[in-house]
Amino acid sequence: MHICKKSCKFADFLICVSMRIFQHIGEYTLLMGRVLRLPDRQRMFWRQFSRELEKQGLQSLPIVLLISVFIGAILTIQAKINTENPLLPTYITGLLTRDTLLLEFSSTILCLILAGKVGSNIASEIGTMRITEQIDAMEIMGVNSANYLILPKILAFMTMMPMLVIISTAAGLIGGYGVGALTDIITIHDYLVGVQYAFNPYFVTYAIIKALVFAFVITSMSSYYGYYARGGALEVGKASTNAVVNSNIMILFLDLILSKLLL
Amino acid sequence: MIEVKDIVKSFDGNVVLNHVTTEMRDGEVNMIIGQSGSGKTVLMKSLIGLHSIDSGQILYDGTNIAEMQSNDIRMLHRQVGMLFQGSALFDSMSVMENVLFPMEMFSHKSREEMRERAEFCLRRVEMPERVWHLMPSEISGGQQKRVAIARAIVLEPKYLFCDEPNSGLDPRTSLVIDALIQDITKEYNICTVINSHDMNSIMEIGDNIVFLKGGKKEWQGSRHEIMTSDNEALNDFVFASELFKKIKQIKN
Repeated sequence: MHICKKSCKFADFLICVSMRIFQHIGEYTLLMGRVLRLPDRQRMFWRQFSRELEKQGLQSLPIVLLISVFIGAILTIQAKINTENPLLPTYITGLLTRDTLLLEFSSTILCLILAGKVGSNIASEIGTMRITEQIDAMEIMGVNSANYLILPKILAFMTMMPMLVIISTAAGLIGGYGVGALTDIITIHDYLVGVQYAFNPYFVTYAIIKALVFAFVITSMSSYYGYYARGGALEVGKASTNAVVNSNIMILFLDLILSKLLL
Repeated sequence: MIEVKDIVKSFDGNVVLNHVTTEMRDGEVNMIIGQSGSGKTVLMKSLIGLHSIDSGQILYDGTNIAEMQSNDIRMLHRQVGMLFQGSALFDSMSVMENVLFPMEMFSHKSREEMRERAEFCLRRVEMPERVWHLMPSEISGGQQKRVAIARAIVLEPKYLFCDEPNSGLDPRTSLVIDALIQDITKEYNICTVINSHDMNSIMEIGDNIVFLKGGKKEWQGSRHEIMTSDNEALNDFVFASELFKKIKQIKN
């Protein structure tokens, strides 16, 4: 009897969780249906778009450069330590640094970091607009608030993210070069040979495809959590946290799928 | 004119509006009054179309909003101005940009014409020119309300909805906002609907007052008729304070 009761509770819990997931998927799909339309006014759209380019892209540049340079340097040091073997060629360190930066760090880990910065910013901005009735005000005016607020964010970040990935990879490689120039861990010659050795241009395409997908995931999911925020400041905080956590989970999940499909 | 015919609205089986029938007239300040939880906000949101009703009809100049397509509802919304309790000004835009926003979205006027119209509306609500470039967070609550009124009237709406326009304002500023809403209503022959439980406002500007109690329309009349009404529930609500009781005694 006791076990039966427990299993019933567990079944209820599973049903409840499943219903919640389906509700989220349904609401998200409906919201995207309202977002992905032609803007009411092109002029207003481009104004918002350029603001978002600056806010999400250019303002993210310093943190992207900082992290990438350090990670590039650290990767070089660690790759060198792990490949100290007379049987391995000396250029392997540069090659490992390049491919790790391009295939995973700049295209995925960077997106996880930016999900924290950009995602929480979007969720809290839209969430605050929701709880202070600014979104209601737009709707009553007859404005498609989802399209006006969210579409420029999605397109701006999808425009900037591939550029940030390329800049991040370049900055990471410079970080690795700095290790060669400032320490005796690796020679600059070995590093540069490794960086140029057996370069596969498709890896750049792969990194850009991942960046585009992740940029869409970060902006659309964060907008979703902000748009449906209800209550007060506490709920906006929760929406912001949920946006970051769930964007990160979705990025990792899609990273696995895209790696399997594209590589 | 907005006609409300026998509307019912419930949430999870809990009836919030129970067969309410009334009308909101053009050129008059129509007020929805009642205690907290009486259904005022739900009635206003139903009028605007933010809540769908279970049964009954809401007619805008004879057209039932339930029969309107989503495009028609959007067109109707362009004839509606709304003043929110917290002003709901866009905090990423300046005072001037807030007022320009509805025109930039829907008007086909030139930039200069839009600017002129926005300046006219800001002057109409007596907003000094020196604050036009400021952000909403940099101006006072009363000024925010004025800007919200300017934004609400910039497209020359036929209907103006105000959700507790005086909440959070001092009595003097409240009077100024009330007078402004009344003047604009008469001047442009707007059908203004105000959701309020501010007794000063009700007695000052209420041309047509709808009193709700427990989701039902309990009483309807003008501010002058309130004084002589013998409706017990209305008197309990309106003359709850000693001051208003004394005023009524003197008046009678």
